[in-house]
Amino acid sequence: MTHRIRVLIAKIGLDGHDRGAKVVARTLRDAGMDIIYTGLHRTPEEVVTAAAQEDVDVIGISLLSGAHMTLVPRIFELLKEAGAEDIPVAVGGVIPDDDVPRLRELGVASVFLQDTPLDDLVKRIQELAASRQSR
Amino acid sequence: MFSKDVVEKAKSMRAEWEAGELHRFLQRQPESGSHDHSGSGLPLKRVYTPEHVADTSFADIGFPGVYPFLRGPYPTMYRGREWTMRQIAGYGTGADTNDRLRYLIAQGQTGISIDFDMPTLMGYDSDDPRSLGEVGREGVAVDTIEDLEALFEGIDLEAISVSMTINPTAWILLAMYVALAESRGDDLNKLSGTVQADILKEYIAQKEWIYPIRPSMRLVRDIIVYCAQNLKRYNPINISGYHISEAGANSVQEVAFTIANGIAYVDEVCRAGLPIDSFAPRLAFYFVAQADFFEEIAKFRAARRIWAKIMRDRFGAQKPESMRLRFHCQTAAMTLTKAQPLNNIVRTALQALSAVLGGAQSLHTNGLDEAYAIPSEEAMKVALRTQQIIASETGVTSVIDPLGGSYYVEALTNQIEAAVFEILAKVEAMGGTVKAIEDGYFQLEIANSAYEFARRKTTGERTVIGVNRFVEEAGSAPLQIHQVHAEVEQRQVERVRRVRAQRDNARVAALLDRLEREAQDASTNLMPVTIELVKARASMGEIVQRLRKVFGSYVEHPVF
Repeated sequence: MTHRIRVLIAKIGLDGHDRGAKVVARTLRDAGMDIIYTGLHRTPEEVVTAAAQEDVDVIGISLLSGAHMTLVPRIFELLKEAGAEDIPVAVGGVIPDDDVPRLRELGVASVFLQDTPLDDLVKRIQELAASRQSR
Repeated sequence: MFSKDVVEKAKSMRAEWEAGELHRFLQRQPESGSHDHSGSGLPLKRVYTPEHVADTSFADIGFPGVYPFLRGPYPTMYRGREWTMRQIAGYGTGADTNDRLRYLIAQGQTGISIDFDMPTLMGYDSDDPRSLGEVGREGVAVDTIEDLEALFEGIDLEAISVSMTINPTAWILLAMYVALAESRGDDLNKLSGTVQADILKEYIAQKEWIYPIRPSMRLVRDIIVYCAQNLKRYNPINISGYHISEAGANSVQEVAFTIANGIAYVDEVCRAGLPIDSFAPRLAFYFVAQADFFEEIAKFRAARRIWAKIMRDRFGAQKPESMRLRFHCQTAAMTLTKAQPLNNIVRTALQALSAVLGGAQSLHTNGLDEAYAIPSEEAMKVALRTQQIIASETGVTSVIDPLGGSYYVEALTNQIEAAVFEILAKVEAMGGTVKAIEDGYFQLEIANSAYEFARRKTTGERTVIGVNRFVEEAGSAPLQIHQVHAEVEQRQVERVRRVRAQRDNARVAALLDRLEREAQDASTNLMPVTIELVKARASMGEIVQRLRKVFGSYVEHPVF
């Protein structure tokens, strides 16, 4: 490990459900990671700009509005434009089962559904960060 | 409630029992698990006796329909009329949701509740770039009054109460509702229902906001004042604990934070010069029914007594109706699991029963598919049937406040009340509710509770059947889950554009100018001009955007 893992936790779209995002942010912080939380109602543009500027190892996106199939593809387009497509992206929220493989196809590295044990989450983020750092 | 003799006798009998039978039994068989705290973390005893309610006089319990309203807001409760069975509905366009409303009414639902999509909740039109992917998804899309016309087509607004879950844009929805009723020739004083309009809990928990806190409070004040003068039977606000709970608060915090918000609204309207008894009787509340069965029942009872005391003693209300807390209740979505979804029917039934035993006026029971998507028709039917079974088959409606007088429930009610007053005193010391929000107090308390809860779930300290005990291989979705139709967004975008093309745009522009002018004078009520605007077919997004010029936008400093 070359440095502390830096994670951007981002809420995109209009929904205000931040309970999960905050629990995740705090859990990762307690696990020794640096957390940048965007706050609510962010656009994909704002999220990608923040990810690039903050030089994060992982982007965690939370949304419970059902708009993931519209907004997540946009994130990948913008990451590519910014030359930051090597940053792994994880998505959490209310995601219908059928959409999980679709998100994976887009390039989402992990989809965290409700009731993911917090310890599993920490482990997975560490793996994602390591995969990027070893590239 | 009991004479000194009875209390002394109970005390000595308990000591004898503890030293004797209990002691012997515990040596053979120790107690298992953790039973020492309620869901909110209040300390619990093994068993309750008269000594635990020794300081409670019967006057603090009393009778339903009279001060302190502990036992219920009305003297006959469900013996006179069942609670309103009010399942929430909203998806797609107004016409789509209208189908669901008619279905639910045909199934025996007795009230209506509308969920709006995120753009409507946040004040963006469907063709705004910020709305992309969200139109008609989590609720029904409303841009102009024409959408409301479609939503309520064929539904008699004088005959059924309509609750609209809408907050920062509540005043616009209310304006549309009033304009729609007027266009149909309805008597405004016969309209019943509510707009949620509880903006303070948005900053605290649900996080749907547009403007900064102070101008937003002015809009709430305008709604309350307008309704007090024009819509006699309408509840202008639903002061809500539900979202505070869903965001992570425990039940004590839920009640305390909700009441703190209630106090702030009453202060705001009083400052506008309205006498307390002219508007307080129409203030309404909304709580969750969480998982801890007895704590929830005690919570509802405690909330009524707390509000009654505050209205009488702090605000000097004279009318009993001003002191009477009425509430809508919803079972706890957060408790429902994706795993083994049929179990959710059972969870919801138990939560609904606590709401009924706690004296709710109106109830929404969640669908078993809550963790998958917004509810399907079938899931809503089962949820509604759950209420109907409680109302018609269990006999629990026959006796008012059937748990009143239970040593345990009365003691727990007292404990909750004391804990709530303690938090209220703390908020007061911080400079009041608005100041406490600005300082992030409620937000941090909620984040802390949510985090602790998540940790307890992960460690297994908090059991969730199917998630951390009795886990099975993942199964499939319970029923056909709600499907979103991709073309809805396009249809709605075309609809709002057509309305804009066909209306008198000069009139809309002039009215928007008037709105901006009137907004600059904080003493002007913005309801009348907004009603004119929606009649002229101004869209919600246009009204919201124009007021941003005067009010600005809220910026949160998140804490976690």
